[in-house]
Amino acid sequence: MNDLNFTRRNFLRISTTVAGGLMIGLHLPTMAAAEAHGGGGEINAWLTIHADNTVDVVTPQTEMGQGAFTAVPMMIAEELDIPWENVRHVYADANRHVNNADLYTTTSTGGSTTVSRRHPYMMQAGASARERLRVAAATRWGVALEDVVAKQGFLSTTHVEQGVIQGTYGEFAAEAAAVTLAEEPAIKAYGDWWLLGQDIKRLDVPLKTNGSATYPIDVTLPDMVHAAVQSCPVPEGRLVSYDFDAIKDMPGVIAAVELIQTKDVAAFTDMRSGVAVVAESWYQAKNALSAMPVVWDNGRGASISFASQTAEAMSLIAQPGTLVLDVDGNLGKGMDKGVNHDAVPGLIAAATGDKLVVGDIYSRPFETHATMMPPCAVADVKADRADIWTFTQDIARSLSEVADQLGRDTTNVFLHQTYLGGGFGAGYNMFVHRQAAAISSEIGRPVKVIYSREEDIGQDAQRPPVWGTYKAALGDDGLPVALVTHFVGEEKLPAFSQRGVANMHYKIPNRRHEYSAVQSHIPIGYHRAPGANSNGFIVEQMADELAQAGGWDPLEWRLKMTEGFEPWQRVLTAMKEKSGWTTDLGDGRGMGCAIVDSHGTFAGCVATVEVSRRGEIFVERLQYFINSGYVINPLNAREQAESSAIWELTHAFFGGLDIRDGRIVNTNFDSYTMMRMPDSPPEIEIHLENSEDQWWGGLGEPTGPPTPPAVANAIFYATGTRVRTTPFSKAEL
Amino acid sequence: MSITLNINGQDHEFDADPQMPLLWAIREKAGLTGTKFGCGIAQCGACNVIIDGNAVRSCNTPVAAAVGKAIRTIEGVSEANDHPVQLAWQELTVPQCGYCQSGQIISAVALLERTPDPSDSEIDRAMAGNICRCGTYTRIRAAIHKAADMSKT
Repeated sequence: MNDLNFTRRNFLRISTTVAGGLMIGLHLPTMAAAEAHGGGGEINAWLTIHADNTVDVVTPQTEMGQGAFTAVPMMIAEELDIPWENVRHVYADANRHVNNADLYTTTSTGGSTTVSRRHPYMMQAGASARERLRVAAATRWGVALEDVVAKQGFLSTTHVEQGVIQGTYGEFAAEAAAVTLAEEPAIKAYGDWWLLGQDIKRLDVPLKTNGSATYPIDVTLPDMVHAAVQSCPVPEGRLVSYDFDAIKDMPGVIAAVELIQTKDVAAFTDMRSGVAVVAESWYQAKNALSAMPVVWDNGRGASISFASQTAEAMSLIAQPGTLVLDVDGNLGKGMDKGVNHDAVPGLIAAATGDKLVVGDIYSRPFETHATMMPPCAVADVKADRADIWTFTQDIARSLSEVADQLGRDTTNVFLHQTYLGGGFGAGYNMFVHRQAAAISSEIGRPVKVIYSREEDIGQDAQRPPVWGTYKAALGDDGLPVALVTHFVGEEKLPAFSQRGVANMHYKIPNRRHEYSAVQSHIPIGYHRAPGANSNGFIVEQMADELAQAGGWDPLEWRLKMTEGFEPWQRVLTAMKEKSGWTTDLGDGRGMGCAIVDSHGTFAGCVATVEVSRRGEIFVERLQYFINSGYVINPLNAREQAESSAIWELTHAFFGGLDIRDGRIVNTNFDSYTMMRMPDSPPEIEIHLENSEDQWWGGLGEPTGPPTPPAVANAIFYATGTRVRTTPFSKAEL
Repeated sequence: MSITLNINGQDHEFDADPQMPLLWAIREKAGLTGTKFGCGIAQCGACNVIIDGNAVRSCNTPVAAAVGKAIRTIEGVSEANDHPVQLAWQELTVPQCGYCQSGQIISAVALLERTPDPSDSEIDRAMAGNICRCGTYTRIRAAIHKAADMSKT
């Protein structure tokens, strides 16, 4: 599936191949009256219009608090032109999607794409339904199509004999479902919206204030048992043996099941080698698993620690790294073709005195998702069908993984969507549903698998660490003429160490980016604004250091270095005009700025901090200036901006995984610490500064990356000290 | 052994080990799944319930310690999802993923029953035991003030 290849014709072809099919998926109460729905018609796979003029909108993306279950219905209601109160969200049927040529194009929920990348499909579904309704009405009334108006759930026309006649969408739904259009309508442009662009409260909020929202951990089936699982505490290691006899008489214990890894390296195409204990209650399974003697072959990871990785990084960063080239042989993806990377070493060697800037080494550690809901899944595997509920950000992928695990066709595998207790990328690399399916298949009963928090953090696909430095030569105007950056990542996903630095927006005529990678056995995954989150910390402090060395105000430097790039200029100008910007607050206080782009959105942060004489950092104020092109729901945009801000503020002040003897050692909230209410800033200010210019950025992640560097820059102006790593709690101020 | 728990005014009788954590009794035996498992070591507050007026972490409270006491879970905060704390949460769209919010609401209800008009620092202290990974702290703080205001009128 390629977004850029999307055409309305493709959409039509896909949507007309799917008549019938099994609807599973729960109906959820929303703002619409919860009365019985009779008759009506499925106009296309995305929406069903009922006789009572209510509309069910299918949401193929996952709801994890980011607003998909509201955004998708909004986009369809906009085009359909139906009162918002009449719209209900329903879960997508993953089985129908997988077995009908990817009916919903994709069910993946990540990269802040639900609105930014998916809106053409969803809005098309609404527009196509609206036009079919108009055709149905024109046909029944015997009037010309252009004389039929579809508005707010009503079709109307002025008939030559009968005068004004009208009917509800619901009255025409069944006929509309049979209409074939010669050509699909175009979707609305910005400016023609009546619903999009308004503050709409998320539909899932009320369910989340009385405990009634259902997460996979809440699914209960008759005769269901509970399982606790453990994979090798040193990732890549293997189970050698376990002694079930030692625990089989413990209260409630039913069985132990070996979790067999069939591939050499699991790499998210298999579950990891491990063992499960099944019991009547989860706490009994957990206690018995903890007590069971287990022998592991730890593998190569046992000799790796975060200290050894750091030492290796220090060694690598002192040597030249690999020059980053894109597929066309150009320096850095997306960089100007005119940039010269060969001249950089000579220019830097020739620079002397205050024209040479040599950066110190910056770093960020491993971080973990630690979603409040630990990984969990319920599986009921029978001879003729398998039913599954799991922690996933891609229902189709997880369904296929269960089919793969069971060695079955996808036809009789049913994955039922639920709410997720957080995602942040964690839901892409889960194998808990493989484990649940394997256990249920083995014991012949429905089973609920829940990870302990220790198992979650110990086995998560982590955010990778990065170490980075730079050297620059400045020209007579104090601006850099040459810059070499060298970032060290880890071996599994070294590309994360290049994002936002290899292709940064600051225009420097001579530019190199080099990378190296340390050995690592730790699984790596997507972690809210991957790459940008860690790299932005380094690039945006480097920007401040270069500005300072050249005698420039850091905000003016950023404006100068991105001249002509409107999306950033808009954000930087707003930061300058609206934040009360100054680098001279005095009295142990400082303001710092940073700007990072991720997911097609440009987010600037201005942080104001106070540092006490004892070195305690207090974040007084965080101001964000965000350009995502368009915003369909400013309320939801602000919620997500606040959330991402706290996400990265958490990792600025807390967090940081430690690894010893190959295993993560801080695996619960007593040692992997989180920001809590008393630590959170009193106020987060969100300014939406949208270009409104035919591009769509995502908003689930972009305010995170500029946060730690803005705070670090503010700390510098408050104290004169640079904090070059996180968590700041370890910094000496 | 046979255990009877009084949850939200109703007696639930079941067989269990007296050391069974209250959380799992509430979820598995009483079937009330609004109370969540987050860490298992009394660090995150997702499992908070109110026992005799105090917010208590159910994940490390043995059922034996809760016998004979009035236990209130998220399901018992109101019949119609209209306790001032719930209404304030809805008005300010506090929950995102929502998983921690049962525990947050329980802590807020317990706080307001004890301190009807709390200051920011009183809120910070009372809510420090509840982690929210979505980072909704600013909205929670504002919603507690709003709930306090709503209760006055």
